[in-house]
Amino acid sequence: MPITEEIGGVTIGGLAYVGDLTRLTLGAARAVLLDPFRGRTVRWSRSIHQALTVGVMAIPVVSLISFFVGLILALQAAYELRRLGALHLVAGTVALSMTRELGPLMTAVVVIGRSGSAFAAEIGTMKVNEEIDALETMALEPVHFLVAPKLVAMVLMMPCLTTWSDFMGIVGGGVFGVESAGFTWHTYLRATIDAMVQRDIFIGLVKSVMFAIVITAVGCQEGFTTGLGSEEVGRSTTAAVVKSIFLVIVMDLVFTSIFYVTAPR
Amino acid sequence: MEGDRISRSDFPAERSAPAISVRDLRVKYGEHEILHGISFDAPAGQTLVILGGSGSGKSTLLRTLVGLENPSGGSIRIRGKDFAGMKESERDELRKKMGMSFQSGALFGSMTVAENVALPLREHTQLDESTIDIMVRLKLNQVGLSGFENYMPAQLSGGMKKRAAIARALAMDPEVLFFDEPSAGLDPIIAAGIDELILKLKQAFHITILVVTHELSSAFLIADRMLLLIKGNIVVDGTPEELRQSTQPRVRQFLDRIPEQELTGEIDYLQMLTGEIPPERQ
Repeated sequence: MPITEEIGGVTIGGLAYVGDLTRLTLGAARAVLLDPFRGRTVRWSRSIHQALTVGVMAIPVVSLISFFVGLILALQAAYELRRLGALHLVAGTVALSMTRELGPLMTAVVVIGRSGSAFAAEIGTMKVNEEIDALETMALEPVHFLVAPKLVAMVLMMPCLTTWSDFMGIVGGGVFGVESAGFTWHTYLRATIDAMVQRDIFIGLVKSVMFAIVITAVGCQEGFTTGLGSEEVGRSTTAAVVKSIFLVIVMDLVFTSIFYVTAPR
Repeated sequence: MEGDRISRSDFPAERSAPAISVRDLRVKYGEHEILHGISFDAPAGQTLVILGGSGSGKSTLLRTLVGLENPSGGSIRIRGKDFAGMKESERDELRKKMGMSFQSGALFGSMTVAENVALPLREHTQLDESTIDIMVRLKLNQVGLSGFENYMPAQLSGGMKKRAAIARALAMDPEVLFFDEPSAGLDPIIAAGIDELILKLKQAFHITILVVTHELSSAFLIADRMLLLIKGNIVVDGTPEELRQSTQPRVRQFLDRIPEQELTGEIDYLQMLTGEIPPERQ
């Protein structure tokens, strides 16, 4: 096959996949926002259960990873800043990097590993066991029944987890600042607050919401497209993780570019 | 191509309108046609058993009848309404009056037996929880699963899973009940219990029951009418007695369990599935 045909095929396949994700997300959003007016509510108990799984149970691992990332950032930044005699800028560097970029991104990576893969495995297993078919024969929309509670939980919990991740990263950087850069905890936090503006936190939170949508859509879509046989569930789970990470990075690039272009000068 | 049809003019069931009426139904998977324009009626209040071997298209037929596959041609009328041609919202309304028991049970693994049975009631009715609780106990009692309300599906045996799935299918008091291989994978005693339950349900509630199976003993026990589907065509359509007395070679081969000649390649397999002769052999 000529390379142009191959590129065309991959491009069309990619666009079709994004179309599927969009359709799934819009279907779930419609279920959350419009169905209550038609006498059908989202399964809130399921959403709360999902929120606990996605959010609360992820706090320990998000905390640990974010703390270490903050510490690593401080060490890396200090390596260059020390040579320039600007070690006092460590606090601001860590704060901006965590809130604008690494907080949302590291949280997304953890959530993809824990929840995105779990969504694909759960729905994929249901597909293999004919449970999705059973829902349809009972006149229950799988998107309303399965995807909407997950989307609600993710959109609510990702910003919360991201905020916590930002905080833990700043604490990680603070450990270096206090131990090796001559800060006290008070001066470190003061320098952090001075370096940040509301827009930095807002950018991170907007990204986290978009990542939540991407992770939910990819995890559920991979589950729904699981083929026959239990080994297909494994394939879906792997695909959900790989595609989610890729699309989260692409989404990150898109939003970072938008915020760069629209930044006040 | 439709097979030889046994005359049905003398059957009492003809006096009532059919609950399901299928005309010239065609279903394709990609390029391959699985059902080649089949037509039949399922009389109201009776049990119609669709017999057929592996790859005969019987599961595809069942999936099409409940709306899980879309036909490429023909019509399906359920309770007089054009099921295949209606909008999804209208189809959902009709589905509330239909119950389906899957081969694997398809119980939701994250819910208890009671929650499984209660699900359609919670989603489609305004009943309060205490009424739903009573109805769930009633349905489980009907299938002989009283006391198993709080069990998880994984804790149930194969036969109990099928019974729980039947209880869930009965939850909305359906007028038409579909069974996919109800006895498959069960030992003869448990399978006989499921057959007895199907008979009991028909007698107690006068539900129209459509069963897809390849278990001959079970089929002859529960059927009022039977279809034999081979390679996507109906070979025979009649009462169990008429099927037993049929002299058609393909009917005899199926009933007398005469093995098919071995498949020698992919083309033979596709031909077995679709009933089509590949162009290169024509």
